[in-house]
Amino acid sequence: MTTIATESIKPSGAGEGPYLDVRDLKVHFTTDDGLVKSVDGVSFSIERGKTLGIVGESGSGKSVTSMSIMGLHTAKNAKIEGSIKIGDEEIVGKPIDSIRQLRGQKMAMIFQDPLSALHPFYTVGDQIVEAYQIHNKVSKKQARQHAIDMLDRVGIPEPSKRIDAYPHQFSGGMRQRAMIAMALSCDPDLLIADEPTTALDVTVQAQILDLIRDLQKEFNSAVLMITHDLGVVAELADDIMVMYAGRCAEYGTADQVFNHPEHPYTWGLLGSMPRFDKPPTERLLPIKGTPPSLIQLPSGCAFNPRCDFKERVGERCVRERPELLGDDHQIACHLPPSERQQIWTDEIAPRVK
Amino acid sequence: MVTFAIFFMMPRLAGATPESMAVRYVGKSADPNTIQATVKKLGFDKPLHVQYWDWVTGVVAGKTIDTGAGTEECSAPCLGYSYRTYSPIMPEVKQRFPVTLSLAVGAAVIWVTFGVSVGVISALKRGSIFDRAAMTIALAGVSLPIFWTGLVSLAIFSYQLGWTAPGGSFTPITENPIKWAYDLLLPWITLALLFSAQYARLTRAGMLETMSEDYIRTARAKGLPERTVVVKHGLRSALTPIVTIFGLDFGLLIGGAVLTETAFSLPGLGQMALQGTKSNDLPKVIAVVLITAVFVAICNLIVDLVYLVLDPRVRTR
Repeated sequence: MTTIATESIKPSGAGEGPYLDVRDLKVHFTTDDGLVKSVDGVSFSIERGKTLGIVGESGSGKSVTSMSIMGLHTAKNAKIEGSIKIGDEEIVGKPIDSIRQLRGQKMAMIFQDPLSALHPFYTVGDQIVEAYQIHNKVSKKQARQHAIDMLDRVGIPEPSKRIDAYPHQFSGGMRQRAMIAMALSCDPDLLIADEPTTALDVTVQAQILDLIRDLQKEFNSAVLMITHDLGVVAELADDIMVMYAGRCAEYGTADQVFNHPEHPYTWGLLGSMPRFDKPPTERLLPIKGTPPSLIQLPSGCAFNPRCDFKERVGERCVRERPELLGDDHQIACHLPPSERQQIWTDEIAPRVK
Repeated sequence: MVTFAIFFMMPRLAGATPESMAVRYVGKSADPNTIQATVKKLGFDKPLHVQYWDWVTGVVAGKTIDTGAGTEECSAPCLGYSYRTYSPIMPEVKQRFPVTLSLAVGAAVIWVTFGVSVGVISALKRGSIFDRAAMTIALAGVSLPIFWTGLVSLAIFSYQLGWTAPGGSFTPITENPIKWAYDLLLPWITLALLFSAQYARLTRAGMLETMSEDYIRTARAKGLPERTVVVKHGLRSALTPIVTIFGLDFGLLIGGAVLTETAFSLPGLGQMALQGTKSNDLPKVIAVVLITAVFVAICNLIVDLVYLVLDPRVRTR
């Protein structure tokens, strides 16, 4: 009896364990300049109803990761290794045509700039209808009604009128709502949001994040939130993965990463986040230097040229690449865990908290 | 304005006097009195702007022309009388127009279908052998002049192989559509080769650009089949600039494809313009220029209207 009870409480379709499971993903591009290791051995997983935030600077491999989950790397020079499991389906090595069946239906994506991500020549309604009709055998009329319902659900006023508008007639926030309506039209189990608020006004950003959170609850989907904005992940994410130069620097729950971060790069990210609860006279603490070239990574730890703490470890940072270690809170750093925690509480936390 | 600048000013700038222009009409052996009379009759003694005004009103409202042996009515749009044959120009234009139109329409159908599809395939298979071969041929197609490709293809396909008509004949489509197409096949292909090449390059460039747009990625992310992505989302956008260029090209062609018509001895407007130029028959040349201008303008208008349908962003502005 008890097993049946627990079964029925579970959301429909939810299996045991994570819905999206990525193991040791490598995405390499062969270019004229050399091998670009955009993603080099990344593992993470998301359960239904949970949100994972991937944070990192431009070029850290966030978007490449999401594109490979969608199977959108069409370039011949892309080499994808490792394992991406969605439900029970393995994406890596799957023929493109069967990945196509999953797109939209099982996994959907929201893009950064909704103006350029929506086709300028078709109405918003047509584009949602199109997305719905690929995977559902319904009449045009039904599909249209569904599109109106979706627009209503994402908070677009007068959806039965606005459905015939073109993307350029929408405001930025409306466009992103329409984009979300399109992504959710087939009730996907996995929603990938690639910088969904970057191109939007700050006031609209909060609304869109609220909307994504509400819809996630309603659809019970797994959400992968990709962003360079720590504020966004703080708002939404259950788990956070910090990426640097194609690899995972720190991976843990939102609480662990925000309140007890142990990687110098995460400290740097937290230090460069503007805060309103601090006097404006205090300066931000940007990370010095620029992200490394993915063709010629620094030897040892990829972060070592920018790291303030490498003297405390010495040679090892330049010689040996740190492995991602830890049970639920994983960090790739040569500093001993106790020393890291010490540095955080004594030196970093007072400055950024 | 253009006709005024070119055809009323030019003869004067080139040193022609009213008398020397009248001579073209009556012949060199005519006595001075006849020449003077002709100068008066054709209005060469009037100031240029008056001549131009006469010509414009003739086009718009028609005019009565004094032929010496009485008057003749030239109803609107009056394009005047030929200096050489003394016959009105309009009937000749009417007779020649279908030839040029047939040539232009047939060639356009071929070059648009062929050029655009080659362009799309080239863009999708960028860097492949097909792409390289197609672009090399396109480069050749753009560079080779029609009088060369025309004559060479005539020599091979008509005279050597006997597959196509030897040129010089035209059958109206209303009489015999098969003969019509047979007569025009080689001119169509020759003319289309030039344009296909240009359109293939344009389409390829346009497709390469659109296929890297964000909305193409969105279309793929929806799970659309690649065909739909390419045609409905990619080509649809890439075609817009091509429509513009097509309007211009087609309008110009209707005013006569001089080289093609000459190479294949087709009795079209282009040939008429050439004959007019060769024989100093000013009214003929002016007539063809006017027709070209009118059709370029009409085609541009059509392009603008088609734009309204193609690009919704234009509508609301």
